[in-house]
Amino acid sequence: MQQPNKLKPFFENLNFERDDNTMVINFGPQHPSAHGQLRLILELEGEKVVKAHPDIGYLHRGVEKMAENMIYNEFLPTTDRLDYIASTSNNYAFALSVERLIGLEVPRRAQVIRTMLLELNRIMSHLFFLATHALDVGAMSIFLYAFREREFAMDLVEDYCGARLTHSAVRIGGVPLDLPAGWLEQLSTYIDKLPDQIKLYEDLLTENRIWKMRLEDVGVVTPEDALSWGCTGILLRGSGIQYDVRKEEPYELYAELDFDIPVSDRNDSYGRYRLYMEEMKESIKILRQLIPMYRKSEPQIMAHNPRYISAPKEEIMTQNYALMQHFVLVTQGMRPPKGTVYAPTESPKGELGFFIRSEGEPYAYRLKVRAPSFFHTGILQHILPGTYLADVVAIIGNTNIVFGEVDR
Amino acid sequence: MRKYTPKDNVQGKAKYTDRFWVAPRVPRESFDTDSHFSAVHKAMSEAVDVLDAYVELGQLVIHIRPEDNIAALEVLKNRCDYAMCSELSAIDYLAQDGEFEIFYQMLNLKKAKRTRILTRIKENQAIESIVPLYAMANFAEREMYDMFGITVNNHPYLKRIIMPDDWVGHPLRKTYPLQGDEHAAWYEVDKIFGKEHRDVIGPENRDPGRIDRYDSQRFSRVGYEVPFGAQEAESETEQPIEYSKQILVDYTTGSEVLDTRK
Repeated sequence: MQQPNKLKPFFENLNFERDDNTMVINFGPQHPSAHGQLRLILELEGEKVVKAHPDIGYLHRGVEKMAENMIYNEFLPTTDRLDYIASTSNNYAFALSVERLIGLEVPRRAQVIRTMLLELNRIMSHLFFLATHALDVGAMSIFLYAFREREFAMDLVEDYCGARLTHSAVRIGGVPLDLPAGWLEQLSTYIDKLPDQIKLYEDLLTENRIWKMRLEDVGVVTPEDALSWGCTGILLRGSGIQYDVRKEEPYELYAELDFDIPVSDRNDSYGRYRLYMEEMKESIKILRQLIPMYRKSEPQIMAHNPRYISAPKEEIMTQNYALMQHFVLVTQGMRPPKGTVYAPTESPKGELGFFIRSEGEPYAYRLKVRAPSFFHTGILQHILPGTYLADVVAIIGNTNIVFGEVDR
Repeated sequence: MRKYTPKDNVQGKAKYTDRFWVAPRVPRESFDTDSHFSAVHKAMSEAVDVLDAYVELGQLVIHIRPEDNIAALEVLKNRCDYAMCSELSAIDYLAQDGEFEIFYQMLNLKKAKRTRILTRIKENQAIESIVPLYAMANFAEREMYDMFGITVNNHPYLKRIIMPDDWVGHPLRKTYPLQGDEHAAWYEVDKIFGKEHRDVIGPENRDPGRIDRYDSQRFSRVGYEVPFGAQEAESETEQPIEYSKQILVDYTTGSEVLDTRK
């Protein structure tokens, strides 16, 4: 029994004095390679993990509770704070759920811009993953190279919406802005340069002896485990199951775009690392196809549906009725029909979906964020036992969890 | 008499209501048109009591009894190829019906089809854990227990997951206020300083939109400036400044005096 005092505070869940030979260590919640506020309670036998107990909740902000107390448009910027590495994907997943609920068609140009932003966010997120994962494993220079490219992608997003991290670049019913002049040229410069950089990373890592030793056969997730533990995204495709929401349940323009879903049946961290690299190449392919699509589209960027969506600013400023509707939508909020929606999207981390139960009120009756990282944290207690302490860091980095969406 | 404020649902509510407005409903379609969904419905109705079934926004919705949840998910997993449970959680309908609605969002990866299983339990009723079928429920059911206080039978480790173990109350219930209750206001004070220091520290103000009139470090004052960090006693004038002055005029004498009746 612990006897807490000022020098030895009480540790929940921990029993240091044990009869067996295992040692309990407390990994986090403040640990540089825990990628946020993950507290892992590890039971070690020598250097081998025999039991792992992920403890989460250190970044809980009550996002789902806040959603019940906000009008729909008010909640959208809050979704930035879920997966803050790729915030547009959260904005988009939320906007898509509400659009499905009210049955809204988004104009073509808005779809193109959204898909561009989603893929740009995927590249940003994957570069961030590569940088931090390599740093965890010990490859410092990759961190600097990958962050350099990520800066350019963030500059592009900044040029579009003014924010680098919390974009809020999507609105329910479309996008708030058209692309600024010269943006597409900058984007094509970026996607022309990026493949060389990806080749640089691959040259440095893919056949690197140390990198392979640290990743091969580390963090094995069998296909059965991946399905049972609710793994999605790269964790699922790294286990040989080809499921990508973009391909299977297409949203936005993904049905028209030509891209592949890379799959690896290695089941280990190395296979997943390869998938991240391949996905970035596919994102570049998608962005290339989107540029001519943008040029062909009509200039309308917000859906026309006065019941739910405010009219464009020119109309609000010139027409009385549009102003009245805008006033009602801002002060009272839109009232989607009664019903339930679950709209899955493929965020860079996995399947991100917003489950919304609407009772016809301007506030969602219940909003549940299906965050991929939450389940990817859950599987840690299953895959960590049997691995070595040094691999724990590599596995956490490889699952690519972001605590904004684990704790919500 | 003032109005009684209802305590069973303290969440945000519409400030304006139109008494002639009836909320429309998302159309519910029949599952007959989709061969996969009708096969699922057939397999399901053979095994369990299906209370209601329809297609809503492209996903099959099946209402079942709470005691059938394992049987229903077994049918989905073993006979209908639903290899993944994407999400499960609850919705609080205690104020209206005294019930929780529990949903299981299922995914068939081969056909890319989604089915939602809905079931309703009473407030003190427990539900059987689905961890033997889908391990993801380990975390998801813990979260449901944490957020709603729904007990899950035969769960391997039913403990709070997001809130601290010694937290009082279940935050996603409709009775739980957005800014936290009495226990929440004292939680960190007790934890960090100890209960005996409650008088010194005072309850935590959990309103993010609060404005402290006497805090000159984080708030400026409208009307007159005070130095940064000035103490309340130094900066407070004898006569508080009125932002809108009301003058009382006595028309018999013609005198005007400041209204100080408030």
